[in-house]
Amino acid sequence: MGTASIVLNLAWRNLWRNYRRTAIMLVAVVVGVWAMIFMSAMMRGMVDGMLVGSIRSLPGHVQIHNPNFRDDPTVNNLFPSPNENLIAVLEQEDVVAWSSRVRVPAVVMSERNFRGVTLIGIDPVAEVSVSFVADDMTEGRFLLGTEDTGLILGRRLAERLETEVGKRVVVLTQDPSNEIVDRGFRVIGVYEAQVASTEEIYAFVGRSTLQTLLGIGGQVSEIAVLGADYRDTEALYHRINAAVGNRLEVLPWYELNRYLSSMLGMMDGFVLIWIVVIFLALSFGLVNTLMMSVFERVREIGLMMALGMKPGVILGQIITESLMLLGMGLLIGDVFAWVTIQRLREGIDLSAVSEGLEMMGAGSVLTPSLQASDVVLATIVVLVLGFLASLFPAMRASRYHPVDAMTKV
Amino acid sequence: MSITFRLAWRNIWRQPRRTWLTVGALVFSNILLIFLISVQLGTYLMMIDNTLAPLTGHLQVQYEGYKDDQRIHQAVPAVRGLAADIRERLSLETIAARGAAFALTSSEDRTYGVQIIGVEPEFEPRISTLPGLIKEGRFLDDINAPEIVIGAVLARNLRVQLGDELTILGSARDGSFAATVVRIVGIFESGMVELDRSFAEIPLGFFQDTFVMDGAGHTVVINAQNLFSVSTLQQQVQALLPDMEGLVVHDWDDLQPGLRQAIQADLLGAWFMYGVLVILVAFSVLNTQLMSVLERTREFGITMSLGLTSGRLGWLIMLETAMIGLLGLGLGVFLGGLVVYWFTVNGFTYPGLELAAQFNLPDRIYPNLNSISLLVGPCIVFLASLVAAVYPAARVHFLQPVQAMRAA
Repeated sequence: MGTASIVLNLAWRNLWRNYRRTAIMLVAVVVGVWAMIFMSAMMRGMVDGMLVGSIRSLPGHVQIHNPNFRDDPTVNNLFPSPNENLIAVLEQEDVVAWSSRVRVPAVVMSERNFRGVTLIGIDPVAEVSVSFVADDMTEGRFLLGTEDTGLILGRRLAERLETEVGKRVVVLTQDPSNEIVDRGFRVIGVYEAQVASTEEIYAFVGRSTLQTLLGIGGQVSEIAVLGADYRDTEALYHRINAAVGNRLEVLPWYELNRYLSSMLGMMDGFVLIWIVVIFLALSFGLVNTLMMSVFERVREIGLMMALGMKPGVILGQIITESLMLLGMGLLIGDVFAWVTIQRLREGIDLSAVSEGLEMMGAGSVLTPSLQASDVVLATIVVLVLGFLASLFPAMRASRYHPVDAMTKV
Repeated sequence: MSITFRLAWRNIWRQPRRTWLTVGALVFSNILLIFLISVQLGTYLMMIDNTLAPLTGHLQVQYEGYKDDQRIHQAVPAVRGLAADIRERLSLETIAARGAAFALTSSEDRTYGVQIIGVEPEFEPRISTLPGLIKEGRFLDDINAPEIVIGAVLARNLRVQLGDELTILGSARDGSFAATVVRIVGIFESGMVELDRSFAEIPLGFFQDTFVMDGAGHTVVINAQNLFSVSTLQQQVQALLPDMEGLVVHDWDDLQPGLRQAIQADLLGAWFMYGVLVILVAFSVLNTQLMSVLERTREFGITMSLGLTSGRLGWLIMLETAMIGLLGLGLGVFLGGLVVYWFTVNGFTYPGLELAAQFNLPDRIYPNLNSISLLVGPCIVFLASLVAAVYPAARVHFLQPVQAMRAA
């Protein structure tokens, strides 16, 4: 125990012998660690925003389809509404909400213009917790039930069609035998989506109203299921898959949107690269500082060796000093990063570049998301690489010959 | 002067290891900055190109208000003549006229709403990449033929093949019913689902007949030689437009406002990262220079008592820093240039990039190395190291000879 406590004690005192140098290095480490953690949280927050936005804009965490639906998303590829077996699974605790929908290509005609849309028949009560539509209503009212005969449009679509809440439009679509069917709807509400191009794509009606129009009975196009956390959908996915059997296709969100899931994977790589790059930039200063402190102490090191301190202990001494410095930097840097992130919890408003973020699939408010794993990763990288970087100066120090070192000017 | 110079040069080599470590930090960050900035520039240019190349082009002449409302009656009169006129007067070939209308497109058993674009078969391939993306059949070749080219996703949705007929239903410029039958002569595939699903092209002459355009169209698309000459070209075109007709020239930033903002959003994050790197390197320089000043306190005391002014000593420190900084700059630019040049030739990719097509990004990145991307980073690093040396230099400046000589 003796040696260890002496080494620790000496290391601490040595660090503060040249307080300016140590303080400068410490500030550099703090800035570096702060940047590592803060930037990682920002990158995570960006991807989180994209994911949550994308999951809210319809898919949910797990979806059930007719196996042909994704290739040919029309009224020809439906499936019967869920049986008791499936409903039992969907009513379990880890399912936050689920919603079954009818989804067909359609054309909406106002008296002045017409546009192609994806028409979605929903159960408004169930849909409220699954997707964005109800929250993002800006005008008029939301659908009241599956039998509601109103139509909800996106703001941009309403502008293109030169129509507004209260006016009537005609919806044209095709039934399963490819006959054109049409029906008048009153526009009862307008929504504004986080990603404005969504507003031109989706229009919503009551599910039963659409089923009647299409003559498809109780059949639906998709069931979207929302679990507790998008990072953990495996169990839910397997249970649903087992319940529906192989007649239907069950897909988790990361299969439905490969771009987002690969973004999530790529972010892990970016965070690691960023942390390593920052450390490398720091390491030059670190090695330099240690070298300086070794050179200044050559005579002293020689004396300690002459008095019987083993080279291994000298080596350990220098490395301990380095790790002590890095440890302090990590601690303070983490605290600063945590405070910064706490202060930005409400999100950073980037609406000045919102159309650009929209192109990347993100909303205009960026909320940093601190992940414990990133903090652990940064700590490990800094300590392990810091250890390696200190080896060189430490080895130099431990290889001095006591007599040479003591007589060195 | 030359003695200060020699002194500075010798001083920085009194501790060669320390100097090289500091230079190493500068070189490392310089190489990194050159690489990152070149990659950014390369990605942005490709992103702009890939977004604009299929349809938008660099400049568009439109009727005022058409950009936002896209109503069929907001038309450019005698559009082919106007395009030909601009083509001739600017002696620029990359100019083509278009018309556009929304219509219902039906096959035997399916109907979808799509954007129908009337194009000049002769000139369209010069301003758009779509004609080159035909994977089945051919592009349009006769300006009046009842033919159509559609995207691969639309073809799949409509369940049609090459040679099949499509019915087009829409409303004409005069409010009447526009209806016609066309034959599919080509199917294009751009890889961008939105484009492959919602656009179809027919010859402009046939478009004008179908939608009763009376010789009018909706846009004249103009491509500049490169992105940097767009604004000059825009002024030239603006000057050529006939007065009193309500015609305007929009540049790509007007037409695709998301594009520049996407770049700005990305820049925001990038500058933060660069800033941190530069600050860390500056600390490294600060530490080195402060150490070297503190070591020499006695020496400075002696030279000052021998008559050297503290001002000149301060400048000596700045000069030493500038030398280290220039070494880092030179080596960094040389090595960084070499490394990045290799990548500009060979390109690089990383896992996951193949899915970037969704955002109009290429699957292989080629950095864009030019004087700006090569020098901006290193110059900022150089300036930052000079700023970092101000504190050590100021310490020397306020040194008292007697106390300094007594320093340990």
